[in-house]
Amino acid sequence: MTAPAKFVGRSVTRLEDRPLLLGQGRFAADVSFPSHWHMRVVRSPIAHGKLRGIDASAALALPGVHAVWTYKDVAHIPPIPFRLTGLKELEPYRQTVLAKDYVRYVGEPVAVVFAADQYVAEDAAELVELDIEHLAPVLDASGDTGPFDDTHGTEPSVIRKGYGDVDAAFKAAHAIIALTLSTGRHSGVPMETRGAIARYDAVRDILEMHGAAKVPWWNRDHIAQMIGRTRDNMHLYEGHVGGGFGIRGEIYPEDVLVCAAALAFKKPVKWIEDRREHLIAANHSRQQQHNVRAAIDAEGHILAIDNEFFHDNGAYMRTHAATVPDLAAAMLPGPYRVPAYRAIGHIRLTNKTPCGTYRAPGRYESTFVRERLMDAIAAHVGIDGIEIRRRNLIAKTEMPYDLHLDTLGTHIVYDSGDYALLLDKTLALADWTTLQAELKKRRASGEKVGAGVAMFVEKSGLGPSDTVRVDVKSDGKIEVVTGVASIGQGVETAMAQIAADTLGVDYTSINVVHGQTDRIDTGSGAFASRVTVMCGEATRMASVKLRDKALRLAAELMQADAGALDMINGEIVRRSGTGASMTLAELAQARPGELTAEDTFLSSHMVYPYGVHIAMVKVDADTGAVAVERYVIGYDVGKAVNPRLVESQIAGGLAQGLGGALLEEFVYDDHGEPLSVTFADYLMPTAREVPAASILITEDAPSPLNPMGLKGAGEGGANPVGAAIASAIDDALQSPGAISALPVTPQRLKFLLKDIGSRSRGR
Amino acid sequence: MKPAPFVRHVPRTLQQALAILSQVAGQDGRILAGGQSLVPIMAFRLAKPAHLVDINEVAGLDRLASDGKVLSIGARVRHAAFHAPVADNRLAALLTYVARHIAHYPIRMRGTFCGSLAHADPASEWCLTAATLDATMIAMSQRGTREIAAKDFFEGIMATALAEDELLAEVRLPLLASDAKFGFYEFNRRAGDFAMAAALVTYRIVGGKIAEARVGVGGAESAPRRISEAEAALNGRTPDDTAFHAAAEAASDTVDPLEDHQTDAAYRRDLVRAVVRRALEHSCA
Ligand SMILES: Cc1cc2nc3c(=O)[nH]c(=O)nc-3n(C[C@H](O)[C@H](O)[C@H](O)COP(=O)(O)OP(=O)(O)OC[C@H]3O[C@@H](n4cnc5c(N)ncnc54)[C@H](O)[C@@H]3O)c2cc1C
Repeated sequence: MTAPAKFVGRSVTRLEDRPLLLGQGRFAADVSFPSHWHMRVVRSPIAHGKLRGIDASAALALPGVHAVWTYKDVAHIPPIPFRLTGLKELEPYRQTVLAKDYVRYVGEPVAVVFAADQYVAEDAAELVELDIEHLAPVLDASGDTGPFDDTHGTEPSVIRKGYGDVDAAFKAAHAIIALTLSTGRHSGVPMETRGAIARYDAVRDILEMHGAAKVPWWNRDHIAQMIGRTRDNMHLYEGHVGGGFGIRGEIYPEDVLVCAAALAFKKPVKWIEDRREHLIAANHSRQQQHNVRAAIDAEGHILAIDNEFFHDNGAYMRTHAATVPDLAAAMLPGPYRVPAYRAIGHIRLTNKTPCGTYRAPGRYESTFVRERLMDAIAAHVGIDGIEIRRRNLIAKTEMPYDLHLDTLGTHIVYDSGDYALLLDKTLALADWTTLQAELKKRRASGEKVGAGVAMFVEKSGLGPSDTVRVDVKSDGKIEVVTGVASIGQGVETAMAQIAADTLGVDYTSINVVHGQTDRIDTGSGAFASRVTVMCGEATRMASVKLRDKALRLAAELMQADAGALDMINGEIVRRSGTGASMTLAELAQARPGELTAEDTFLSSHMVYPYGVHIAMVKVDADTGAVAVERYVIGYDVGKAVNPRLVESQIAGGLAQGLGGALLEEFVYDDHGEPLSVTFADYLMPTAREVPAASILITEDAPSPLNPMGLKGAGEGGANPVGAAIASAIDDALQSPGAISALPVTPQRLKFLLKDIGSRSRGR
Repeated sequence: MKPAPFVRHVPRTLQQALAILSQVAGQDGRILAGGQSLVPIMAFRLAKPAHLVDINEVAGLDRLASDGKVLSIGARVRHAAFHAPVADNRLAALLTYVARHIAHYPIRMRGTFCGSLAHADPASEWCLTAATLDATMIAMSQRGTREIAAKDFFEGIMATALAEDELLAEVRLPLLASDAKFGFYEFNRRAGDFAMAAALVTYRIVGGKIAEARVGVGGAESAPRRISEAEAALNGRTPDDTAFHAAAEAASDTVDPLEDHQTDAAYRRDLVRAVVRRALEHSCA
């Protein structure tokens, strides 16, 4: 028996905001130890070359320089291991922490300088002379395969997924729709750049690393392994994290170097990435080209989808290994009935920054592909984009729906959903019929305005497990110790809400601990929209246990039957409402150390939230600029623990989605030189470019896989934005299928407008 | 992203500033004004000046005054000084309108008018303003003071007629006639970014016809300048669509477009056509 929900489902204010708003945050750069050394990375200025020699003598001669490391100093450290989707054949392509005999992208760490301060470290880094023989770079991921270097090819692996008889479906098809589509190279660019501070404590024989994020336990275990420590004598500590988005918190060369150096020199070592480094060294993402075909019947029902795509992974396989192309392939079918499906995903290496996951990895890409396909089918059949989607949506009655595909070691079964209902609700919120009439009127008066719809299924709540321990302290405050991480999303608040309702205490009396490997033995971290689902349920389970225990212990002291007691507002009272009561603090003092409970939630299946985005844009025909005038989002999360936090996740995701659709792109020149190395060239959307979206959160399809019905909310804001914007631009131009590539820059759109203009004149 | 070592000099008087500048000019000494362009390029180590002559404490350089003919803008006058009109003249209204297109609020609080001109980014709004209105630059050094006309001042991308030891002490902008019309439009991908093309126009209406037209284009060529072909398409015409269209076409045809990896010449011409036309439309709004 638990108390009725007092906090869960309400937009209570965030517990984590106080230090942040008072300027008392502790981000990586805020962590310092006395007489620490600063590390500066010397990076390859060349996209592809043979490393013939490194001369560090001038750097070493500079006053204040302590040491310079090159590959030979770290030769004993193995390459960085795979965390997810680590196919065997990808292993030879892992990255070593410093380049060995080749450099393979501009920005690759070649040497590191350790110095007394950041200024000297940078002065010295400039003096390290690299002797590199230039080799021709590979920059295109979709052409023929070839050699990447002496021993390796450009295509380390091909992902194959599918079910049903695709060839038979294409033979029997009424029509075949074929498209070539591409998404641009961009990535999560957190406000806080990466950073790592390591310190060896000889007294306790403990190596500490501060500045951890996302997956501290996995990183602790594996960095330890790489540098000859164990999970018992090494710990990672997460402070505040200024944005994660998938890219922050993976093991990168710099993390390992900082730890190895602190150990080797017995000095604290600090590394703070600068923005230029960040834009060339942290994971990129999203660059794919898809050649997709759909077989359809006369009414536009999908009979089969056949998709071959090329994933530009950059120069090395990092911790995510095949994750992004795997998800792209597995999640492409989305909310539609696709009787037969085949995906062939070519993982390709190029001499660019290596890639990893970025908020809605693989799905931003494949939703763009699928929804472009739906629009093309609609145009072919001659019905509107809403109707074509309705005809193909998986019905509520078909749930749970087995997709017959696997990803991230799980079998994909959509657990619950009413896709058509959410489409109706979102269209109603957008006032779709009136909107269409308005757009028509404005187009008649010469404006290029249009609207587009995109639908998608997200995934969340990846297992396999999460453990939570709940303790009552002697002052009655409650500590919830988790194995997750906070990347700013509001973990502390959401977990406190769940624990508070389950226990019968105020949510502000709860302190949620995360990201500290010395506080709990295992933890899966924060990624894949997993935290609220996995850790939320583990928190509930541990809180149930603690509550039972507290009532049992109190019953002894209060000489009552545990069943006759209740916990309300942190006080143990008799249900009868009469007689003495006892505060949790009194109980904790009476039974020191006993008020603690731990539980673990195991899950072998993900849960699947879903959404609808509607974009309305205006195209400036003279300049090719696109302004997003309105944006409407419907998202079903099963159960929103804190609706405002969910809305914030969606609003933030939208901004990033718009970045990838219209602005953000890592551009390279013909020599593999990155051109987007500052915020003057890599254009992040600002408040002026992002409209205030209307966001509808629904709870029509709670997950049957956990008692609260939770689904994750982290990625639904970003997932279909490219698709919705493309569709809206098509509509504005009254030219179905015009947009086939992201981002839609004004240069490209103006070119397209001229092309459409000359074609219509030619007609 | 830390700059290479440098020495910062903080003179209090103009004489001191010019004296130090003449000493350090040969050793890549540079003036530090608002720092909004110089400091980022130093942080990237694209510039490694050994000496900075910080003029932020130099007395008198904050002068911003009009004598009824020209508006004098001293070397310490920030962009933000123009957030509200600085004089009772159409020029002041023009400057206020243009100023809010420069970068973002914090940058406008530090960056200087003269610093923008000395830096000479082809897309700078103030450089466009100076070129369009035929400003006069007052350059000072220990060797003396000289006046440089705007058309002789801008020599190319981030290149000016200033010598290494010269301080751009003041810029003089001619006041506008009380019936002057002005229009400005710039195109960029995000609010606050440098313009990919910008146009500033001024003219008067005499007997229903355009007179004394000035059409300046920035961000499209290596330096901003007046486009006489576009001005010719306006003078003597009624201010209507046909005239504006003709001027926009003339400007678009005339410019020698800057190209970069993402922007080819044809697109830059498209933008010039659009900004000139919209600046002219703005002048009637
Ligand atoms: C994010 C960002 C966006 C920006 N966007 C725009 C924009 O849209 N439009 C725009 O016009 N500008 C923009 N700027 C630049 C900004 O306006 C600068 O303030 C301006 O270009 C230079 O002025 P400053 O006073 O900061 O000069 P500083 O940075 O101090 O100096 C720049 C250069 O000029 C020299 N210099 C400065 N003053 C003098 C002088 N009096 N005499 C001789 N030499 C001198 C310096 O030695 C240096 O070489 C932007 C800057 C940033 C950081």
